[in-house]
Amino acid sequence: MSVRTDINKVTSNIPGEEGGPRQYGMSTIAVHAGARPDPVTGARQTPIYQTTSFVFDNAEHASELFNLQTFGYVYSRMTNPTVSVFEERIAQLEGGRGAVAAASGHAAQFLAAVSLLEAGDEFIASRNLYGGSLTQFGVSFPKLGWKCHFVDATDPKNFEKAMTDRVKFFFCEGVANPGGIILDIEHISEIANKHGVLLIVDNTLASPYLMRPFEWGADLVIHSTTKFIGGHGNTMGGILIESGNIDWFRNDKYPGMSKPDSAYHGLVFAETFGDFGFTMRTRMVGLRDYGATLSPTAAWNLLQGVETLPLRMQRHCDNAQAVAEWLEKHPKVSWVSYPGLKSSPFYELGQKYLPKGKGSVFTFGIKGGFDAGVKLIDCVELHSHLANIGDTRSLILHPASTTHRQLSDEQREGAGAGPDVVRLSIGIEDIDDVIADLEQALAQT
Amino acid sequence: MSRAESGDQNADPLVYLEHHNYYSDSKIRRILREVKTFAMVGASTAWRRPSFYAMKYLQHKGYRIIPINPGRAGGEVLGETIYGSLADTPHKIDMVDIFRTSEEAYDITKDVIANKDERGIKYLWMQLTVRNDPAAELAETAGLEVVMNRCPKIEFGRLSGELSWSGVNSGIITAKTLRSPKS
Repeated sequence: MSVRTDINKVTSNIPGEEGGPRQYGMSTIAVHAGARPDPVTGARQTPIYQTTSFVFDNAEHASELFNLQTFGYVYSRMTNPTVSVFEERIAQLEGGRGAVAAASGHAAQFLAAVSLLEAGDEFIASRNLYGGSLTQFGVSFPKLGWKCHFVDATDPKNFEKAMTDRVKFFFCEGVANPGGIILDIEHISEIANKHGVLLIVDNTLASPYLMRPFEWGADLVIHSTTKFIGGHGNTMGGILIESGNIDWFRNDKYPGMSKPDSAYHGLVFAETFGDFGFTMRTRMVGLRDYGATLSPTAAWNLLQGVETLPLRMQRHCDNAQAVAEWLEKHPKVSWVSYPGLKSSPFYELGQKYLPKGKGSVFTFGIKGGFDAGVKLIDCVELHSHLANIGDTRSLILHPASTTHRQLSDEQREGAGAGPDVVRLSIGIEDIDDVIADLEQALAQT
Repeated sequence: MSRAESGDQNADPLVYLEHHNYYSDSKIRRILREVKTFAMVGASTAWRRPSFYAMKYLQHKGYRIIPINPGRAGGEVLGETIYGSLADTPHKIDMVDIFRTSEEAYDITKDVIANKDERGIKYLWMQLTVRNDPAAELAETAGLEVVMNRCPKIEFGRLSGELSWSGVNSGIITAKTLRSPKS
């Protein structure tokens, strides 16, 4: 018997088909989930609760809150009403049970790792990751006693080959940055499940509008909400979402969840909080002790952004598809790596996992290598040269000289960031203007 | 669909009633509004146990909870005397909440039915992870309304909006203010 009540089946009081509750669509969820009119003032828009602390009713109430025996706000390092609206909204968009917001995507990754790993533990990650994640996992995490094995995740069997007794989770970007790679996460999740470890999917590049990793067997989903979820390039943020389907007692790999917690007088998180136990522990242990908190103002900015996620994401994808098709025919372009192109080795996986669109971040190779890449970037007028993705504006980057600069040549090639590679994050401008800018810049290389 | 009709030999013999696969929010809200006093079968005296958490929270929300635990009969938890069985309690009880395993729920349900008229029991509730459809069929035939595999604390928190304070997905989409199920 499944412990979990399928959250997608308890969605509304409005009757749906066959007598069940109505299943709201993603655009409705993006606008409404988590936000109800304020019970005291009637405010319809979510207020920014710019406060560090919340008063207790009395000493008994305070002790209940500290013992996690009742729901309530104590201190904004752990919980804040504006932030919790954002958390619930993303949890519902992803079809998850609960979520913990963090100060950045990197902070969310750290919270996941620190919640699942003891010193001496290991995990296996796809080598096709955002360069900053390669550095976080490969350089900084070992200082804490956590070892990351990087594998070529385009063949899921490589996870199996790298498996050890100390491995606690697999980590991958379902749609990988920077190179238009799509992983077979359903297959990867089967391998993770077979070995009794969790699969964490970074869904930043797809967003829940294009793909929901929980539907393919992921256990935890991470976002840098700085990107498409916020969508306007104005606010840093991250989030860690729990599926609600994790059986923490099936092995002894996760003592933090399945064994008594000394700081909470022997409470067992997976028992007391059930299918949202990981969310509770990440918040009440991870955020409490490491403090990588999202601010209420940042949460509010991100809430504004996410309301239009479905509209923006479709436009991003439509524009990116057009640019990719145009580039592929351009004489100064040697290759285009976009899964919406039939030439892409990831075309079939794209059809399976991302039917609505293949995202807007991809790479292409410019004839003339490193120097031509630098020249192109100097010549664009409309595209912004910066190290971010998922902005309303079209962005351009030469990874070899920027985001992936700190890596070795081998790591750069492995991550799809060789010397001739140019990365685009296509925005939501008029498509003719985006293409015209690339055309004039390519003409100068 | 009945168990026989499903033809699935591997189906869980305790799970086959389709009308218990989900409950509408309005049904749960109505039960939590109408219930004033309920018995908690399997109430623990250890404060870190989930049943203690649920009892303490729901007491604060205005419910009277009568703890039932044969091993602790005569003792006290959270200001309430513990009874060994439903028959031993002197109270009128609107609902029984089963905090035991799915397998044990069947015999407990028979005891609930036996005490139904004298205690005034109208609702039978089984905790999150506890589901026993044969027991539910018995109870429904006897005129009880049944909820299974849900926690009244989590449901109260979910419907009142308090669960959302922890970043948990309540599944609720509404342009109305959320109110306590008690109001």
